[in-house]
Amino acid sequence: MKIEARILLVLGLFFALMGTVYWVWSGENAGGMMIIAGGLLGFLPGSYYWWWSRRMPVRPEDRDGDVTEGAGFVGAFPGTSIFPFTLGVGAFFAVLSLVFGFWLMVPGLGLIVWAAIGGVAESRRGGTQ
Amino acid sequence: MTAVISPDTHHDDAHEAHDHHGPTGVLKWLTTTDHKIIGLSYTVTAVLMLVIGGFFAELIRVQLSAPYEHFLSFAQYNEVFTMHGSIMIYLFAGPMAFGALANIIVPIQIGAPDMAFPRLNALSYWLYLTGSITMLSGFFVSGGAANFGWVGYAPLSNAANSPGAGADLWIGALLLTGFSAIFTGVNICATVFYLRAPGMTLFRMPIFTWNLLVTSILILLAFPVLTAGLIMLYCDRHFGTHIFSVQGGGVPVLWQHIFWFWGHPEVYILALPFFGMVTEIIPVFSRKPVFGYKGMVFATLTIAALSLGVWAHHMFTTGVVLLPFFSIMSLLIAVPTGIKLFNWIGSMWRGQIWFSAAMLYAIGFVVTFLIGGLTGIYLASPPLDFFTHDTYFVVAHFHSVVMALVMGGIAGLYYWGPKITGYLLNETIGKIQFWFLFIGSQVFTLPLYILGLRGMPRRMAVYPNNPGWQHLNEIATIGAVLIGISTVLLVVNILVSWKKYPAGDNPWDGHTLEWFTTSPPPHHNFYRLPQIRSERPTWDYNHPEAPAIAHGTHEEK
Repeated sequence: MKIEARILLVLGLFFALMGTVYWVWSGENAGGMMIIAGGLLGFLPGSYYWWWSRRMPVRPEDRDGDVTEGAGFVGAFPGTSIFPFTLGVGAFFAVLSLVFGFWLMVPGLGLIVWAAIGGVAESRRGGTQ
Repeated sequence: MTAVISPDTHHDDAHEAHDHHGPTGVLKWLTTTDHKIIGLSYTVTAVLMLVIGGFFAELIRVQLSAPYEHFLSFAQYNEVFTMHGSIMIYLFAGPMAFGALANIIVPIQIGAPDMAFPRLNALSYWLYLTGSITMLSGFFVSGGAANFGWVGYAPLSNAANSPGAGADLWIGALLLTGFSAIFTGVNICATVFYLRAPGMTLFRMPIFTWNLLVTSILILLAFPVLTAGLIMLYCDRHFGTHIFSVQGGGVPVLWQHIFWFWGHPEVYILALPFFGMVTEIIPVFSRKPVFGYKGMVFATLTIAALSLGVWAHHMFTTGVVLLPFFSIMSLLIAVPTGIKLFNWIGSMWRGQIWFSAAMLYAIGFVVTFLIGGLTGIYLASPPLDFFTHDTYFVVAHFHSVVMALVMGGIAGLYYWGPKITGYLLNETIGKIQFWFLFIGSQVFTLPLYILGLRGMPRRMAVYPNNPGWQHLNEIATIGAVLIGISTVLLVVNILVSWKKYPAGDNPWDGHTLEWFTTSPPPHHNFYRLPQIRSERPTWDYNHPEAPAIAHGTHEEK
């Protein structure tokens, strides 16, 4: 976990430095802002991982772990689910409503809300077997 | 479905718990959350997009080889070159790189049962598919498809200059595929950070997975900027804002800043996965570990870091960008890229090279990418860029690069295809196809460099009969036809080899974990895992007699 944190923090630091140099040198706001925002994307998850890496024991995947240490329960993965498709088609209608008329937002939002409720309920059940 | 990893039991029975009973047929395709099936859907869709985009490329070449025959009208030509670029960049190269092969291979290479967020992964695919349909449906609306080039520069892309639904469909398509890419980026990062098998430290991950991790970080940095820019463009077109129009106090060049802040990292988002594929293939077929593993990883990270500071080298001729900064940053990228090229050669050096089809494509990639990369260094120099900007020199430069990426992708198809399907492709047809593609690529791009230096501008349907322009265009068209034949040969090969040559689990004596499992891998990927003590666990397991390689082990040797 420490190396993951370090990669993100170093990237964030590099972007912060580069962004500052660029912004001061060029005086151009859009690019300066975007690089600094890129730096934040390094710092936010990076500092979160760093915080956790100091509070948890070294994971088996971060040392010479034995395969047996990974045995057992890994996580609940839904076997099948229709809701990604529903949500995708909902988003499709929502985007088409920008082009062909706002009425398409009705089926679009309907499908999106249905997928949101259905997906959450499915997670509570632990997914379709 | 609950995923369980079993220890190395050395026998493959007693795993009935893994058997997966789900829906079949179309319902299986609609509801699947299995990363391998989603990856296959991505592959099929992306190859279809390659064929459509390639067809448009042939139309462009036919028009340019005989400019006054009026094969295409001016309006049609504008639509065709816009959609050729848009399809190839947004709908083929990106999804093929981080959607198709990454989806299938990354979880297996790190010993994971699936991606971290399987349903999000499925959503990524559906957004990509609906985005592709949205973009292509531009041809069926009045006014035709988008026709302002794949970069959509303001003010050409505003409502007055590009009216009609085609342009809005183009914007909508990029919104959908942009979110698809962002979700895939999140998914790959989480998978690599949280689902590695015990012993698979970050510095034992295969280079392909490393490159996909860095690609995913770049996706998260770059794609939200494009999405924001597209929403601004839509507001300018329909809601009366003036973000990119001078009349209302806006700044047209802001679109270029936003677009290229996404657009140049996008080049590396496209390239890094293919770099990774080639880095997997060259050591396996040279019978050696990869040369300079850590150098490769740091080169990839350096490319990612620098890529955020080079966007305005696409804008040198606007006259409002800081030339020295962008020139220095762009030239610096040549250093990590050079490290990669030397390491590929170092990996082959004194190896026992097996010239299989996959290896030929990998070598073809290295050669073609070298041509494209070196001409990129010329373009990083403002005085040279002022001379060649918007000429065919630029077109030739990035087509050398993308033809190299196509070779890398086909190398990956020949290398990993047997793992995905369980069957090898025909090697002889593969090698014939390689020579068509390799020679075709050079015959296609090299005349374009000369045309660019002689001043031929890009995106023109007709051109004056300047000395040699038409002959050079005719040669380039012959190259494009050779490339087209190679694509047909790929389809022929898939049909000829269909379920004909069983591959076995490990046909190439591979290094990484995907060659440890069955071909195709079972649901949740592994019946058993080897101990992971280096970056080539499968090779270590199959060759216990070989001396341990110092790198990647934590013990002193």
